[in-house]
Amino acid sequence: MIEFDRVTKRYPGGHEALSEVSLKIAQGEMVFLTGHSGAGKSTLLKLIAAIERPTSGQIIVNGQNISRLKRAALPYFRRNIGLIFQDHKLLYDRSVFDNVLLPLHIQGLSGSDAAKRARAALDKVGLLKRERARPITLSGGEQQRLCIARAIVSRPALVLADEPMANLDDAYAHEIMEMFRAFNQVGVTLVISTHNLDLIRRYGGRRITLAQGRLVESEPAPTAASTAPLPA
Amino acid sequence: MSAWVDHNLHSLRVALKRLTDTPLASLFTVLVIAVALSLPAGLYLLLANVQRLAGGVPTEAEISLFLKTGVGPEQGRKLAAQLATRPEVRSVRFIDRDEALAQLTAAGLGEVAASMPANPLPHTLVVIARDPAPASLERLRETLAALPEVERVNLDTDWARRLAALLELGRDLVALLAILLGLALAAITGNTIRLQIYAQRDEIEVARLIGATDRFIRRPFLYFGAIQGLAGGLAAWLLLALVALLLEDSVARLAASYGTTFRLTGLTGPESAALLGASTLLGLLGAYFAVGYTLRGLDTPR
Repeated sequence: MIEFDRVTKRYPGGHEALSEVSLKIAQGEMVFLTGHSGAGKSTLLKLIAAIERPTSGQIIVNGQNISRLKRAALPYFRRNIGLIFQDHKLLYDRSVFDNVLLPLHIQGLSGSDAAKRARAALDKVGLLKRERARPITLSGGEQQRLCIARAIVSRPALVLADEPMANLDDAYAHEIMEMFRAFNQVGVTLVISTHNLDLIRRYGGRRITLAQGRLVESEPAPTAASTAPLPA
Repeated sequence: MSAWVDHNLHSLRVALKRLTDTPLASLFTVLVIAVALSLPAGLYLLLANVQRLAGGVPTEAEISLFLKTGVGPEQGRKLAAQLATRPEVRSVRFIDRDEALAQLTAAGLGEVAASMPANPLPHTLVVIARDPAPASLERLRETLAALPEVERVNLDTDWARRLAALLELGRDLVALLAILLGLALAAITGNTIRLQIYAQRDEIEVARLIGATDRFIRRPFLYFGAIQGLAGGLAAWLLLALVALLLEDSVARLAASYGTTFRLTGLTGPESAALLGASTLLGLLGAYFAVGYTLRGLDTPR
C-alpha cells in the first residue's frame, strides 16, 4: 500500500524534516506513527497524501509513484485517501451534513445517493442527529468525528489521521479509536500519528517511531487484531 | 452528464449566493462596471443619433457653375434646360447676374455693389445632384467644369466631408474607449474574484485536500464573474435608458426650436444583446485569468 525508499524531505531554509526513511505498510494494516513533536510525523503523512513532495527518494502509494504524479492527476489520487486533520479543517459556513457531502460532490455524486451515503457516514460517527447543526456549535470531540465522517464518506482504502486524539479527553479518544478499529476490520488501511502511547498499548497495532526525522523503530506488524488487549 | 449539469447548477447557486451574501459590495462593483460600460455605449448612442440627424438634413449637394462673362442670359437658360435632362442631375436653377446683384443688395451689401463701375457678378447655374455620394459628386463636378460656357465650378461638399470625418473620429473614439473600458471591466471583475478567492481560501484548501480538481474549484468563480458582468451590463443599459429619458424633453425642445421633431433613439435589440453579451464575456474573461493566476499562487509549496 505504502512504500518509502530512502525518503528525505528538506524544507526551503534547510530544515530536514525526514532523513533517509524507508518503510513499508501493507494493505489492511493499522499503523501508529509516534515520536516527539517535530520528529517528522506530520511531514510523513503529508508525503503520503502528496501534499508535500520528497526532496529525494521514492514514495509509492496505491501503486503510484508520488514524485511522478502530474498536477492534474493529484485530485484523483487524493480521492482514494481519507484525511483526518488535527485542526479538523471543517467548513464553518455550512451545515454538518454539507461538510460530509463535499467529498461526494467533488467526485461528481449528488442527489439522493449522495445524501444517503453522507447520512450513513454521519451515522457511523454518531452525528446523524446533528446533521443540520453548524460545525461551530459542536464540541471538540464531535468536530473530530465530523472530520472522520468526511474522510470516510467516499470509502477510501487508505485513511491518514494526523493527531486525531490530540486535545481530546480520554473518553472521546477511546470512542475515536474504536471507530478506527472498526474501519480497519472492514479492510481500510490506517496510518495514525499520535503521541498517546497509552492508547497504542491498549489497541495494539504496529508502531513506527520517528526521532529527528529518522526512523528509530518499525515493529513488524503483529497480528494486531488478535493480540490487542480489549480496552477496559 | 447529469453530475456535470448538477455541478454547474450547484456552481451557479454558489456564485449567486456569494453575490447576494455581500449585497453592498456587489452593488458597488456592478455600479462601477455599469458606469465603465455606459461611457462607450453612451458615446456610441450619441454618435448614432447625430448620424441620424445628419442623414435627415437634405444633403443635396449643390454645385455652383459660374458662367463666363461672354455668355448671355439666353444661353445660360438654354444650358440650364440642357443640363436638367442629364440623369445624374436632379434640378438646375438659373440665377441671372442682375438678380444676384439684387440679392446681394438685399443682404445689405448694396453699397459695395454700388461702388463698382459695373455688375461684377457672372450668371450662375445651381445644379443639384441626384446622388450625394462624394465620389459621384466629384465626377459630376469634373464633367461640368469641362463645359465651354463654364468659368469656374464650386462644389460645396466641405461641410459634408467634415461631418463624415467627425463621425469617423467619433467612431474611432468609441472603439478606443470600448477597448480601454472593456479592459477596466475585466480588471475590476478580476480583482473582485481575487478577493473572493482569498475569502474562500479555507474552502479551496479543504476541497483540494479531498480531491477537488481545479475545474471544480474554478467553476463557481467563473459563474460569479459572468453574472457580475451581466448585472453590470444590465445596469449600464438601464443607466442609458434613464439618461435618454431625462434628455428627451430638452432634445424635443431643441428640435422644436429648429422647427423639426427629433426623438432620441436608444439601443436596438441586437445592440442591447451585444452590450449584455460583451459585458458577460468580459466578466467571464476577467474571472478566468484571475482564478488561474490566484489559484496558482495558492498552490501548496512543493
